[in-house]
Amino acid sequence: MNTAANETWIILGASSAMARAFARRVAADGAAVLLCGRDAGDLAAQAADCRLRGASEAEALAFEARDPSTFAPVIDRAAGREGRINAAVFVGSMPPQAAIDADPALLDGVVADSHTGPARFLHMLAPLIEARGGGTIVGLGSVAGDRGRLGNYVYGSAKAGFATYLSGLRNRLGRAGGHVVTVKPGFVDTAMTWGLPGMFLVASPETVADDILRAVRRRRNVIYTPFFWRYIMLVIRHIPETVFKRMRI
Amino acid sequence: MLWKSAEYSGWGRALTATGEIARPERMAGLEAALAGGLVPAIGMRRSYGDAALNSGGRVVDMSRLDRMLAFDPATGILEAEAGVRIGDIAAAFAPRGFLPPVMPGTGFATIGGCIAQDVHGKNHHSAGSFAQHVLSLRLRQAGGTIEVTPGGRTAELFRATAGGLGQTGIILSARLRLMPARGDIMMVTERRVAGWDQFLALLDASTATYSVGWIDATARGGGLGRGILEEGETGTGLVPRRDRFRKVPFNAPQFALSAPVVRAFNTAYYRRVPESGRTVVKPISDFFFPLDRIHDWNRLYGRRGFHQFQCVVPVAGAPALRAMLETIAASGLASPLAVLKRMGPGRAGHLSFPMEGYTLAVDFPNRAEARELIKRLEDMTLAAQGRLYFAKDSLARGADIRAMYPEVPAWQKAVAKADPEGRLATDMVRRLGLRTAR
Repeated sequence: MNTAANETWIILGASSAMARAFARRVAADGAAVLLCGRDAGDLAAQAADCRLRGASEAEALAFEARDPSTFAPVIDRAAGREGRINAAVFVGSMPPQAAIDADPALLDGVVADSHTGPARFLHMLAPLIEARGGGTIVGLGSVAGDRGRLGNYVYGSAKAGFATYLSGLRNRLGRAGGHVVTVKPGFVDTAMTWGLPGMFLVASPETVADDILRAVRRRRNVIYTPFFWRYIMLVIRHIPETVFKRMRI
Repeated sequence: MLWKSAEYSGWGRALTATGEIARPERMAGLEAALAGGLVPAIGMRRSYGDAALNSGGRVVDMSRLDRMLAFDPATGILEAEAGVRIGDIAAAFAPRGFLPPVMPGTGFATIGGCIAQDVHGKNHHSAGSFAQHVLSLRLRQAGGTIEVTPGGRTAELFRATAGGLGQTGIILSARLRLMPARGDIMMVTERRVAGWDQFLALLDASTATYSVGWIDATARGGGLGRGILEEGETGTGLVPRRDRFRKVPFNAPQFALSAPVVRAFNTAYYRRVPESGRTVVKPISDFFFPLDRIHDWNRLYGRRGFHQFQCVVPVAGAPALRAMLETIAASGLASPLAVLKRMGPGRAGHLSFPMEGYTLAVDFPNRAEARELIKRLEDMTLAAQGRLYFAKDSLARGADIRAMYPEVPAWQKAVAKADPEGRLATDMVRRLGLRTAR
């Protein structure tokens, strides 16, 4: 992509395996990356890695989804750059449902990490994308957000809320030439799923990153990755609630 | 979860281990995994046998700690985390005129693994072994992280770490000097070699930067040792890029690599190159990592897996190598994968494999007859004053190994100091009694 050199990608939650794979892909195309997250040392290593793989620029910035005071400095940094501004949101947290059942206060953190934090950030960013007349936002939903399940419905409900937010944002930014891609990954081989029981058809972070990049280029609205999750979730969404409420899946 | 219980194996899949694996994605995660004490580190598990296995214990998988950290184009020095794949370095730097100085036969091998096995490549005769190009490495030991260099006060520790099977500590990162390359394509001259004597003569006379021989390990009589010599140089230009990988989706049935199939395949493979030879242009990865395009090719050997026998013998031991090839050909057990190469003297550590001479590598399906045959080949290697390669081994006996590697006592001394509690021992180290036997 010849245009990539004029692009900047803000990557939230940049230390996650999917974010890292995605950052490497856009870096190899020559884009600039702003790697945002909590582990400064790790992000510095990743910024060096992105530069060596071809990024025109790579910078590590502090970002904490539960601390909105960290949002404006990231947006200011992006605003100071020429060209098109894009953002990819990989933040989210999934403590075991049993831990939340034992301590309901954990729910606030899950919702802040997976929904309200990133949504507020994107809301602050949206005017910049409108002003530049374009730019792409990639937001990570989850197949867990398609239906509330016994095993992780707190996480699922936060992701569902975020997906609905992304849908509305797409409606808004489309008018200004911008675009929003909602990505719903199935099981991905990351630290989050490492050693969890019941994993099947697990995709690599690199596969997911390739799928996301293809969706960005084709201006897709909502993608499942790997693709077959669309059909798995189609079935799961159509199970009548009277049946579903008795199921353990 | 930090620890995952799993059954895992080396590339040959003949040996397996059951134990707990942590796979940190950040250094903080590694420290969390090591809070209960050091455990052996593993990478992409491209060693064939049990070098990366720890039955009943824990291991830490370093493959996600894979960042390139710094590069200086003036000196070619790259600093990278231990989990970076050799193939990733080649892909990122070949367009900028640099290549890893030494590349093993798979691009999936990690830097940490390449150091721990002190691997060699198709340029060993001129470039030496991998760890000879390492300027320093960071080693996590029980007491903390130290920097180890080939010279100075840590020289002995470096010799125990290079090719040292991970027994001195966990390699976190390394600085290595990349080699200037003309570009990211290879010009490869391929020619048929009619038999053994001609093969050795051509390998001895080759002046190419990269050279490797494919050998038909099923050919007997007058055709013994026939094969194809490939000589390569880097270059610039455009070649069609193949980004698509093929995958072996399931374990192949046993007849897939039966003697008649292999004989027929080998004959066709031999004839693929015209009698007069040819020069072809290909992407560097196709030359250096020909099998990487077929993901999970080890499944071709079926569920029971396979063994690779690889030895090196001194130049004077060439007749013994010929006798080994005769034994292999007569057995009818060989697979199409057989490689003959001239080696130089370059090696960096006490347990490094290379020596000046010839190295032969042949794959065998994991069957009782093949294991018997490999035992005979090991005896012949020992008699010829050669040695076996830890990266490939899954069957050797400890006494043989200690006879082949005279520096084992020096290595043991350094390892006892580096890991006094013996926390880094692996299945291979235990099987061969490497750390304990005298």
